[in-house]
Amino acid sequence: MNLAAKDIRHNVGRFLLTTIGIGMLLMVVMGMGGIYRGIVEDATMLVDEVGADLWVVQRDTRGPFAEISRVPSNMVHRVAAVPGVKDAREFLFHTIQREHRGRALRIAILGLSWPTDKGGWVELTEGRALTQSHFEMIADQSLGLRLGERIKLGKENYEVVGITKSMISAAGDGLAFFTVADAQAIQFDTPGEAVRLERAAREIRGANSELGAKLPVLLEQASKSNAEIPALAPPRISAVMASIEAGVNPEEVIANMSGWSDVSVFTRQGQRELLLKGSVEKVKKQIGLFRVLLTIIAAIIMALILYTLTLDKIHTIALLKLIGAPNSRILGLIMQESLFIGVLGYGIAYLLGQRIFPNFPRRVILTNDDLLQLGVIVIVISVLASFLGIWKALRVSPNEALS
Amino acid sequence: MNDSLAIATEGLSKIYGSGNTEVVAMQDASLQVKHGEVVALLGPSGSGKSTFLTAVGLINPPTAGQVIINGELVMDGPRAMTSLRRFRRREIGYVFQKSNLIPFLTAVENVQIVMEINGVGAGAGRRRAMELLDELGVRDRAANLPSMLSGGQQQRVAVARALANQPSIILADEPTAALDSGRGRQVMDLFAQVAHEHGAGVIVVTHDHRALDVFDSLYEMEDGLIKRSEHPA
Ligand SMILES: Nc1ncnc2c1ncn2[C@@H]1O[C@H](COP(=O)(O)OP(=O)(O)O)[C@@H](O)[C@H]1O
Ligand SMILES: [Mg+2]
Repeated sequence: MNLAAKDIRHNVGRFLLTTIGIGMLLMVVMGMGGIYRGIVEDATMLVDEVGADLWVVQRDTRGPFAEISRVPSNMVHRVAAVPGVKDAREFLFHTIQREHRGRALRIAILGLSWPTDKGGWVELTEGRALTQSHFEMIADQSLGLRLGERIKLGKENYEVVGITKSMISAAGDGLAFFTVADAQAIQFDTPGEAVRLERAAREIRGANSELGAKLPVLLEQASKSNAEIPALAPPRISAVMASIEAGVNPEEVIANMSGWSDVSVFTRQGQRELLLKGSVEKVKKQIGLFRVLLTIIAAIIMALILYTLTLDKIHTIALLKLIGAPNSRILGLIMQESLFIGVLGYGIAYLLGQRIFPNFPRRVILTNDDLLQLGVIVIVISVLASFLGIWKALRVSPNEALS
Repeated sequence: MNDSLAIATEGLSKIYGSGNTEVVAMQDASLQVKHGEVVALLGPSGSGKSTFLTAVGLINPPTAGQVIINGELVMDGPRAMTSLRRFRRREIGYVFQKSNLIPFLTAVENVQIVMEINGVGAGAGRRRAMELLDELGVRDRAANLPSMLSGGQQQRVAVARALANQPSIILADEPTAALDSGRGRQVMDLFAQVAHEHGAGVIVVTHDHRALDVFDSLYEMEDGLIKRSEHPA
């Protein structure tokens, strides 16, 4: 007869409460692992989804995800002309924070290289990809925008035509996709008065400079818009993404561009690694340490609970020794109860987690490997936790059955 | 088997504590019980009867003296000469003053576990447990947990447990204290029957002078010493 099962049935309420407590603790441990996976997944999601083979970024920067990278718009054409490159697209990425319906709304804006890229690769849960070159956007569900909703950014209104799920930046902000032109308009939006002031200032600077005196025609140009002064226009895109022709080694293409002193080129894998090493590395360590701490705490709490459960059974244990039960029987009782609490707690953690984690603001991803690993850890700590109780039980004298 | 010694003790003594708090609970206690003999141990409270019984029962080692069970030297002073647990499992059945049942097992399971520990199969163990409960008049409470039983019923289950294994020695410490005189008598008769029919050596500590006629011999304990006493019958 299984003593552990009988004892548990006899003290069902107590065991259940204990198990739920342990289960919630394990759920937190499980969630920690899931949060870590989520952060890694989110960080690399964009690089993976966009599907570029090469990333051409500002020289010596680590790319648009790690820091600010600026390359001139015409870089697209330079890259497209490199042997081995199938096509090149503009990539524009920056984050803005605006007020929307009274709440702070952080949007990670991503410019699509219209008309080559209409966002067809973006997985939509609702709506459609972009169909016109202006004033349309695809928004991630986490931004809280509805299909058909219009939102004013800069001087224009943009209509949400498509909704995505789980498309967020490495920093956790929801993504919104615009055409590059719109994305630039939002990024470089300057109030009319500022534009007028800048033009006037430009004219005065020109007039005061030697250059202005020598080339008066320059001063005429100064009053035009930034975009119309190509030589003076600042670099306006973050990076250029290139796809490589089939069968071509990316390293060869990179070698072709190695002479360009204004850009650095990364493969997709390189960009991924930079992302993980940079922004995610510390978070990974932080969460990893937390996970270890929580696991230790769970083990200690379980050990104490089992110790208390054993103390409550001292009389029974003494009685079992009195009637000559072998130690294995007594250890089995304690260890089985420990495993019961651990395994059922794990089940509770999993079921609760499945319900609770999807409501977290950032993704919590439970991978089978992580679940399996935690399962093994739970079994190990269940066994270790029972040692304290077992140690106590072995010291019980059968004489105590009489007291 | 009869006439061979089930229990023999030689000069058992027990000293609790030390220095100022030293208590000599048992002194040079020697007693022999043959197989098939049922023995009563009488004596005032505090005279050391329980100390003696737990020393013989291998759960409270004596300070000095020897315990010999079925001819085998088991305790030499506080030293165990063999596996005490195996002896307790196979050779000894205990009944104590207060019933000592496992709280999360039903009456029948409390009896059955002893047999299970000795390798008796579940079916056979259960059948025998039910028979014993029947004999002791608690068959109808077989499925109840100890907390649902009265003190007397618990005690009868404890007696059934002590008999379950057909031990060669039964040690009972005031087993009838919680029973009415009819039931008390019945339990005493049962002990005598086990001794006479199965050849067990039985020691019963008792205050109940009405049932003394079932015993083959009487001993009296006083201030830690055991003396043979006259049989009243
Ligand atoms: N664990 C113990 N520690 C100290 N003294 C004890 C202990 N057990 C019993 N005694 C003492 O030993 C003496 C004999 O006790 P006991 O064997 O219980 O007697 P009885 O069963 O005849 O009433 C008593 O004086 C009692 O106080
Ligand atoms: Mg006593």
